Amino acid sequence: MSTGVRTTYRECCKQAIRAALLADPRVFLMGEDVGRYGGCYAVSKGLLEEFGPERIRDTPLSESAFVGAGIGAAIAGMRPIVEIMTVNFSLLALDQILNNAATIPHMSGGQFAIPLVIRMATGGGRQLAAQHSHSLEGWYAHIPGLKILAPATLEDARYMLAPALLDPNPVIIFEHIMLYNMEGELDPSVSSVDIEKAAVRRPGRDVTLVTYGGSLPKTLEAARELAGEGIEAEVVDLRVLRPLDEETILASVRRTRRAVIVDEGWCSGSLAAEIGMRIAEKAFFDLDAPLRRVCSREVPMPYAAHLEQAALPSRERIVAAVHELLGRGG
Amino acid sequence: MSAKIRLDRPRLLELLRGMIRIRRFEAKCVELYQAQKIRGFLHLYDGEEAVSVGVLAVLRPEDWVVATYREHGQALARGISMRSLMAEMLGKREGCCRGRGGSMHIFDAQTRFLGGNAIVGGGLPLAVGTALADKMQGRPALTCCFFGEGAVDEGEFHECMNLAELWRLPVLFVCENNLYAMGTPIEIAEAETDIAKKARCYRMPAEAVDGMDVVAVEAAAARAVERIRAGEGPYFLECRTYRFRAHSMFDAQLYRSKEEVEAWRRRDPIELLARWMSENGLLHPGERERMEAEIDREIDDAVAYAEAGTLEPVEELERFVLMDEVPQERIPGGAGA
Repeated sequence: MSTGVRTTYRECCKQAIRAALLADPRVFLMGEDVGRYGGCYAVSKGLLEEFGPERIRDTPLSESAFVGAGIGAAIAGMRPIVEIMTVNFSLLALDQILNNAATIPHMSGGQFAIPLVIRMATGGGRQLAAQHSHSLEGWYAHIPGLKILAPATLEDARYMLAPALLDPNPVIIFEHIMLYNMEGELDPSVSSVDIEKAAVRRPGRDVTLVTYGGSLPKTLEAARELAGEGIEAEVVDLRVLRPLDEETILASVRRTRRAVIVDEGWCSGSLAAEIGMRIAEKAFFDLDAPLRRVCSREVPMPYAAHLEQAALPSRERIVAAVHELLGRGG
Repeated sequence: MSAKIRLDRPRLLELLRGMIRIRRFEAKCVELYQAQKIRGFLHLYDGEEAVSVGVLAVLRPEDWVVATYREHGQALARGISMRSLMAEMLGKREGCCRGRGGSMHIFDAQTRFLGGNAIVGGGLPLAVGTALADKMQGRPALTCCFFGEGAVDEGEFHECMNLAELWRLPVLFVCENNLYAMGTPIEIAEAETDIAKKARCYRMPAEAVDGMDVVAVEAAAARAVERIRAGEGPYFLECRTYRFRAHSMFDAQLYRSKEEVEAWRRRDPIELLARWMSENGLLHPGERERMEAEIDREIDDAVAYAEAGTLEPVEELERFVLMDEVPQERIPGGAGA
C-alpha cells in the first residue's frame, strides 16, 4: 500500500540540506570538500551548482577554524551546517565544540545561544582502519550544552535536520557510514520528526534491545532471528543520544524486564554504560536478569575485514547476549 | 596615511582617562583578591592599557570584539559597565555573566563582546565566524580579535590567518605581544620572532606598532579599520607591549629580571602620554588628580554595587546549559536583527 519514493539514506541527508537551504537564507553548508567534490560521502553532490559557493562553502583542512567559524557565524545571525568529514577528524575541533559551542551559552549567563548544526560521519565497517572508523558519539554525549542526534532510518535522515536547525542549541548529527547506501521507501505519511524522543522500532515482550545509529539494522536482524526461536525482542532506537529519552527506555525495560544495550562505541565508559547505569538506578527492581552490553571490542579498529568484523557489534553477538540473558543456547 | 584621527585635547584626555581607569580598576581588583572576594585566576593588564584603549577607540557599536582571559581592559574600553564587570568578578548574579564566567570569561551581548576566552587561540575561529556572518549578511561591521603572542604557537592561529585572508573577511587581528607566554619568553618558543611577518605569509597586510604609545596604537588601528571597512579583507596589528605584573596572582616571576621590568616601567603608557601632554600644555596641573578622584568614585560605586549584589540561586545552576531561544537576536540592532 505504501507509495513512498524509493531512496537512500544518503539522498535523504542531501534532500534535508537542500530543503533547509531553500527554507532559510541564513542556512549555509561549510566543510571539507562539500562543494566541488560533492562531499566525501557524496551527500552534498550537486548542491554547489544549485546554491553557489557562498552557501556551499568549501573549506581548507582546518577543522578547528571552520567549526569555530560556524560557532561565530551562528552567534552573529546565521544558521550554519558544518560538515566534518569523519568523527576522528572532529577531535581537531574538539576545543571549539567543547570549550566554545557547549560552554558559551552557560558561561555568558545566557546572553548568547549557538544555533549551530554539525554533521559528521561515524562508525566502522568499511575497512578504513583506526583513524577513520571509530564511534565517538558517546564522548560527545558526555558534554552538557550539546544535543546529539543519530538518525538511523530514512525518515530521520530526511527530517531531523530541520528541527536541529530550529533549535537554539548546538546540535551534532552523527551519520553512520554503513547507512549511507541503505535503500528503502521513504514513508510518505511522515513529513517531520521530533528530536526529543527515542522510538520503539519493533515491539516485543521478552527483552529490550537498546541501540542507535549504525547498530540499528543489525539489532533488528538479531530481533528477527530471535523471533524465529520464539523470543520477542523489543528494539528501542535512541535517536537522540543527548539528552537521553529515559522515559522510553525505562518504559520498555519495565515491560520486558531484561535489557541488552548495543553500542558501537568501546565498552568502557560508553554510552551503553550510561544507559545501563540509568536502568540500574531507576528500574533495578523491575529487572529479571542482569544487564548486558554488546559494544565494540577494546581495540583501535583494525583494517583486515575479519578483524574489523570481530571488533564490531554483530547480529551473532547480539543474539548470543540475549541467549545468555534468557539462559538459553551457547 | 589617509586615516585621520583627531588628536585634540579632549580626545587625548579621553585616552588618558581610559587607561587610568583600567589601571585603577585592576588595582582595586588586586585588593579584592587579597581580601579573597575575587577568587580563581586573575590576570592583570597592567602595562598593556594602551592597546585596548587605542584600538577600541576606532570601533563602532555594530562591531564585534573577541578577547582573551586578560580582558578587563578590553571590557572597560568597550563600554561594559564597571558595575556589571565588578559584580561578575565577585561572582554575583548582577554580573554580566550572572557569576558563571568570572574574570577570564567576560561576555556582554549589548556591546557585542564575545569573551573573555581562556583557551589560548580559541577566540580566533569565533572572530572568523562573526566576520563571516557579517560579510554574508552584507552588514558593514568588522570583528576585532585580541590575542597574545603565545597564541601564534597554536594551530588555530595559522588556520584562522589563512581562512580570514582566503575569504577576505573583515577582521582586525590584534596581537598583544608582551614577550612572555605565561613564563615562556618568545625567543624559546618561536623560530621566527617577528610576528607581523607570520601574518604577511598569509598575504595579510600587517604592521607592528609601539604598544606603549596609545596615540600610535590608535593611529595604526584607524588605518587598519579604514582598509577593512573598504572591503580589503583582514588586517594584522602587532602591538609591542609588556605586562608589569605577574602573569596571574600565582607567579613568582622567576623567568625575567627586575631590571627588565623596571626598564619597561619607564615606558609606562599612562606616564608616557601624561608626560607628553604636560610638556605640551595639554594636561593642566591638577587635572590628572581630578580625573583619578572621579575614576575612584566610579570604582567605589562599582565595588559597592558588587558587594551589595546577590548570589544566583543554586536552583538556577543548570539554567542556560540548554537555551530555549536565541537571546542575542532580540537585542535591538542585534546580530540577527
